[in-house]
Amino acid sequence: MTLLRPGDLVVLAAGLLLVSGLAVFSWGGSHGDSAVIRVAGQVVDTPTLARTRMISVEGPLGMTQIEIQPGRARIARDPSPRQLCVKRGWLSQAGDAALCLPNQVSLEIRGRSAAYDTLGY
Amino acid sequence: MTRSVIELPVSAADRRIAGLAAVAVGLTLAEAAIPSPVPGVKPGLANIVILLVMLQYGWKTAAWVAALRVLAGSLLLGSFLSPGFWLSTAGAVSSLIVLATAQHLPRQWFGAVSLSVLAAFGHIAGQLALAWLWLLPTAALLNLLPVFAAAALLFGAVNGFIVARLLAADASPKGQSAPCIPL
Repeated sequence: MTLLRPGDLVVLAAGLLLVSGLAVFSWGGSHGDSAVIRVAGQVVDTPTLARTRMISVEGPLGMTQIEIQPGRARIARDPSPRQLCVKRGWLSQAGDAALCLPNQVSLEIRGRSAAYDTLGY
Repeated sequence: MTRSVIELPVSAADRRIAGLAAVAVGLTLAEAAIPSPVPGVKPGLANIVILLVMLQYGWKTAAWVAALRVLAGSLLLGSFLSPGFWLSTAGAVSSLIVLATAQHLPRQWFGAVSLSVLAAFGHIAGQLALAWLWLLPTAALLNLLPVFAAAALLFGAVNGFIVARLLAADASPKGQSAPCIPL
């Protein structure tokens, strides 16, 4: 009587396949190709994530700076007291978003296929 | 006033189920003390007992032991009727359903490791289905799906290996009649 039988290896391999399939399905989200910048709910700019540039927008508290690089974007500078949207770091997956609520600025990444139809904040 | 004595006849099978369930509950309690990085990711040591019981005494006994394990374990941990209790129940029920089907796989090809891995996947599938339908109907749970599945594969394989070892020790000629569970 052996501990590991032929069928066990098949089951283990199938399990491994399932796990990697789930990983691709859950984490391999589509990369975004453009960003949506909103101030007080209004879209002010939709830059493509093609080349490096800085975008500055004015909110109630002051200037928020958004940095665009090929394939990713981030809030580089924001007057919000807790800096949560700055700490969010680089965003690259479609559907990712950084919200600077005190300054009413939001940065959202859009892909060819949106992960969500709409997001309510 | 007359005193009436209610006597419940206890069969040998009842005693066996109670004893096996006590072992499973003990492992559940021991496991509750192990810290876990992600809530819900646990080795599932009690499933070793459930699988051993099924292979030695049949599915029905295993179902009894699993039910008593969830009930008594939750009473002792103070989680009876809490969300955690229902998640345990969902996991136990779905893994038992999987085992009811998987036990008919040809034994010479599929050993304890297969059954354990399949049951572990069934367990996590049941738990996640309930959690998703009832507690967290958001995409956040979906992101953790690979983590739970990987844990199920790993712990299912390890537990299955332990069961296979215990069964092999049991079947070895010079060993005692039942070294795995002293009952």
